[in-house]
Amino acid sequence: MLSYILKRLLLTLPTLLMVALAVFFLIRLIPGDPALVMLGDAGDAASLAALRQDLGLDQPLPVQFLLWVEHALRGDLGHSILTSEPVSVLIWQRFQLTAIVVVVAVSAATVIAVIAGLAAAWRRDTPLDLAVVGAASLVLAVPSFWLGLILLLVFGLKLGWLPVVGYVPFSESAVEAALFLVLPILTLTITESGVLTRMMRSSAIDVLRLEYVTHARAKGLSEFTVLSRHVFPNAFAPTLTLVGLILGHLLGGIAVIETVFTLPGLGRLMVDSILGRDYPVVQGCLLFTAVVYVAVNLVVDLCYPLFDPRVTAQ
Amino acid sequence: MTAATPLLRLSNLRIEANVHPRARPRPPLLEGLSLDLAEGQVLAIVGESGSGKTMAARAVLDLLAPGVRRTGGSIQLSGRELTALSPDQMRAVRGGDIGMVFQEPMVSLNPAIPIGKQLAEGLRLHRKLPEAEIRRQCLEMLRRVQIADPEKCLAAYPHEFSGGMRQRIMLASVMLLKPRLLIADEPTTALDTLSQREVLELMVELARDYRVAVLLITHDLGLVAKYAEKVVVLEKGKLVEAGDTRQVLTAPEHPYTQRLVGSLPRRSDGRHALAPDAPVLLSVKGCCIDYAGKPGLLWAGPPKRVVHGVDVAVRAGEILAVVGASGSGKSTLGRAMLGLKPIAEGAVTFDGVDIARMRPEQMRAFRRDAQLVFQDPFSSLDPRWRVGQIIAAALRNVPGLDARQRHERVERILEEVGLGGFADRHPHQMSGGQRQRVAIARAVVSQPRLVIADEPVSALDMTIQLQVLDLFQALQAQYGFACVFITHDLAVVEQIADTVLVLSQGRVVEIGTVEAVFAAPQHAYTQALLAATPTLAAVALAG
Amino acid sequence: MKPSVLSGAKPNAVIGGLLVGGLLVVVLLGYVWTPYDPIAIDLAHPLAPPSWTHWFGSDEFGRDVLSRAMLGARISVTIALGVVAAAVIAGTLIGAIAGFLRGWVDRVIMSVNDAILAFPGMLLALALIAVLGSNRGSIILALSVAYLPSIVRVVRGAVLSIREREYVEASKVVGDGALYTMVRHVLPNALPPVVVLATSLFGWVVLSESALSFLGVGVPPPAPTWGNMLSAARPYMENASWLSVTPGVCIALTLLGVNLLGDALRDRLDPRRDA
Repeated sequence: MLSYILKRLLLTLPTLLMVALAVFFLIRLIPGDPALVMLGDAGDAASLAALRQDLGLDQPLPVQFLLWVEHALRGDLGHSILTSEPVSVLIWQRFQLTAIVVVVAVSAATVIAVIAGLAAAWRRDTPLDLAVVGAASLVLAVPSFWLGLILLLVFGLKLGWLPVVGYVPFSESAVEAALFLVLPILTLTITESGVLTRMMRSSAIDVLRLEYVTHARAKGLSEFTVLSRHVFPNAFAPTLTLVGLILGHLLGGIAVIETVFTLPGLGRLMVDSILGRDYPVVQGCLLFTAVVYVAVNLVVDLCYPLFDPRVTAQ
Repeated sequence: MTAATPLLRLSNLRIEANVHPRARPRPPLLEGLSLDLAEGQVLAIVGESGSGKTMAARAVLDLLAPGVRRTGGSIQLSGRELTALSPDQMRAVRGGDIGMVFQEPMVSLNPAIPIGKQLAEGLRLHRKLPEAEIRRQCLEMLRRVQIADPEKCLAAYPHEFSGGMRQRIMLASVMLLKPRLLIADEPTTALDTLSQREVLELMVELARDYRVAVLLITHDLGLVAKYAEKVVVLEKGKLVEAGDTRQVLTAPEHPYTQRLVGSLPRRSDGRHALAPDAPVLLSVKGCCIDYAGKPGLLWAGPPKRVVHGVDVAVRAGEILAVVGASGSGKSTLGRAMLGLKPIAEGAVTFDGVDIARMRPEQMRAFRRDAQLVFQDPFSSLDPRWRVGQIIAAALRNVPGLDARQRHERVERILEEVGLGGFADRHPHQMSGGQRQRVAIARAVVSQPRLVIADEPVSALDMTIQLQVLDLFQALQAQYGFACVFITHDLAVVEQIADTVLVLSQGRVVEIGTVEAVFAAPQHAYTQALLAATPTLAAVALAG
Repeated sequence: MKPSVLSGAKPNAVIGGLLVGGLLVVVLLGYVWTPYDPIAIDLAHPLAPPSWTHWFGSDEFGRDVLSRAMLGARISVTIALGVVAAAVIAGTLIGAIAGFLRGWVDRVIMSVNDAILAFPGMLLALALIAVLGSNRGSIILALSVAYLPSIVRVVRGAVLSIREREYVEASKVVGDGALYTMVRHVLPNALPPVVVLATSLFGWVVLSESALSFLGVGVPPPAPTWGNMLSAARPYMENASWLSVTPGVCIALTLLGVNLLGDALRDRLDPRRDA
């Protein structure tokens, strides 16, 4: 088991290295003096010279890369051209909001997917199954930003139950903040439950075919016990991998939800900084999201043995 | 309950597949099955694939697959009608009164749950016992089925055990509940010969000790002869013969039973004699083969040696059988003989030339002269190609043939294997036996001098096995190729081979002519193998 | 009602086929005729609700929503086809090389692949578009790069598993060369999962392209894409809801059709049918 953990940890290192290289070079691709690019119009001669010194622009490229990595590891990702705030602070603030929405929504979607997927696989080819598959297919086809708009229209504008624009941070009022988050979380839950349900249903169907399920029934266990204790752990493993992928993918895709509901999250930060040519922020966001994605998938890999002990053996 | 009430009575059991009401009506999967099983008795249901035997077993416990259901007949356990029970009552019968052991040890235990929990599950459900007592009983039963270190086993996962051990754990799990009837659905088909014997002997022993009746489902007549008192024979869903085992096997009345009994491999008289001065065609000296090591943290681990110093020679026209259990290295050795697996030490020479040092044109000639028949008829033929193309591919590298001649040769070989006119079919449109004949045709069409056959009939039904074996022998007699026949079944060896080589864990344990080795086996492993092969017992019984 | 009818293989293909076919008809029709000029401004009739003159209404500049939706369909479909073609061709080549050659080539390719996968697709596309500019070509390139790793993974996986099949070994035994085996045996059998993935990919690209347009980094105005139509409709959500509904329905129907077709294809190509 220990070797499994170590091996997984070691495998992330080359990926992280590649990621760092890619982010570093992406900004260097923009034509012009990198210091000028990083400071924008706000730079005066003194700060330009200081930044050049800091980035080591007179040194060979590999040294520049190492300097940049060293800064990043210390938490120094530069300063935003537009707001002069430290990039790392900006990212961390925005990330908290995004994280809440994503984690709550994906957790809820997973619970729905497990129950619906298991039920549909158990009663395959019955009206229940058809309904679940049909609903999942429909949900998969609906773009999340459109669903968000519709929900906003219905619950925000027409019915007036929930606020439409803006956001109140938790530090000011937890209840109000939560109200602002209901619709975005609901939208995301619905959207993601489609693909998760399909995956759960398909792997549950595969597992239900296997002999140990018949064996469990032959022992006289109730259908509920068979489904929860025998089918679920084995069928859940592929869905868990998918959850990891979705969490990573949403770090970017959340931008559209944040746009619809005007939430100051990480996705919106990324879009705004790209549109505003705020390169330090762009670079910081890319690096941060990629590292989070690698970390999330590492956690998923480490949880995998809980559901399929066989992976530790190979 | 009088002494005459049998423990299990099936009457006119009928099972059909669910079909759409507007679709064509299909014949029932099983009909008219009736049998009586007394307490403590062992009854075998015998049949080939499609006979309905597995379905009969599952119907008893009402565990039929979703697309299939029982449409008629009655199932009585000690006079109690099982088909009339409510689902809850049926669940109490499952495990508690009737236990079931399944075929595939690799998937019969849940890989995600430790063994201890799986064992305890049934006990907790059917008997109200304190936890300590449950644990004690589990440990005791594990000891009884000869699992070393039962304590460690309880906490371990199924993937840490071999197939044979998993079947024993399954037996333990079922016997813990002390059922009155044990249904064993092909419990040893997936195991090798020695494990098969161990598991079955254990099962019969346990059944005797706990006075449990056994309903044994199998396709292997040898097992039936050895372990069952009564037998029921099924063909395509119908009962064709039933009675005492000895009676049915020695004097079968129904033509199908006669065919079944007749397809047990046996030595035929009038086999060709091997010319004593035939030249050596393929020679293996000191052959050692390694498997790549398990991938470790940063680099691969040390390689594992799977074949140790094998010496053997195959002469022109000779049929050499290579026998061993799964994992003995026999398939690997066969691949190495064709240069498909690299050799770590030693040499393989064909016609005097070391195949590792062959020049390209020598290698091309070797590929024409030496061919391979694979074991699995489903995966050895490209599903996208037609049969004619598949066989013609073997002629691609034969010089001096134009397209018309190739076409003729393909047609001719198809006729010879009894598949005339099949050239345009796809593999998935054919049965397992037919596909295997295509594989043989492909191997033989280039008229090779050596054919290596890797368990070519192991995946086939018994009656089909006989047909394919006969075909193979006929082709060998006609074309005179030398053959290395890899198998785990000693009965097949006796029928077909001149010489036999016994492999155990990658080492040659015994080698000699078939007559000599079978009459007087020298090594303990060979002796155990001979004793464990059930088909030979059946032949002894029948002949 | 018997269960077997409900297994749904046929209805999937029919509905999916109808939807996708309808989409293609609309796109082709749009090349020759639309009810109005999609970019012609008509300030006399702004925000007109759906009627016989404007079937789906008109937007704040009086432009006909239906015509704009038709042009938007063309843009989305051409971009999606471009991305699918580029990603599938490149991905199959790279994945096949990785799967067949193995060794260090495989490891290098998979490291780069995993690194690309580490960036959320949307962000990667956004970043590339920021560097390359907002036009059809760069959008196609950006999305192709973002989706390339998935195809490489699938092709490599298929090649790795097919290599071990016995008919590939049989090809070696009869003396076929490695390239011949690869082209005649491995690739044809590796294609079915790629075909299924390609149909799903088409749908994802339409969705991604719409999302990018919605965020303001897609094909620039005045070209109407479903995404930027939705974005422009936001201020008028309460009063002119048809502006929000139409583009969304277009995207949803397209995705639904493509997904259903993909499912039907997967069922038909499922190797388990053979046994």
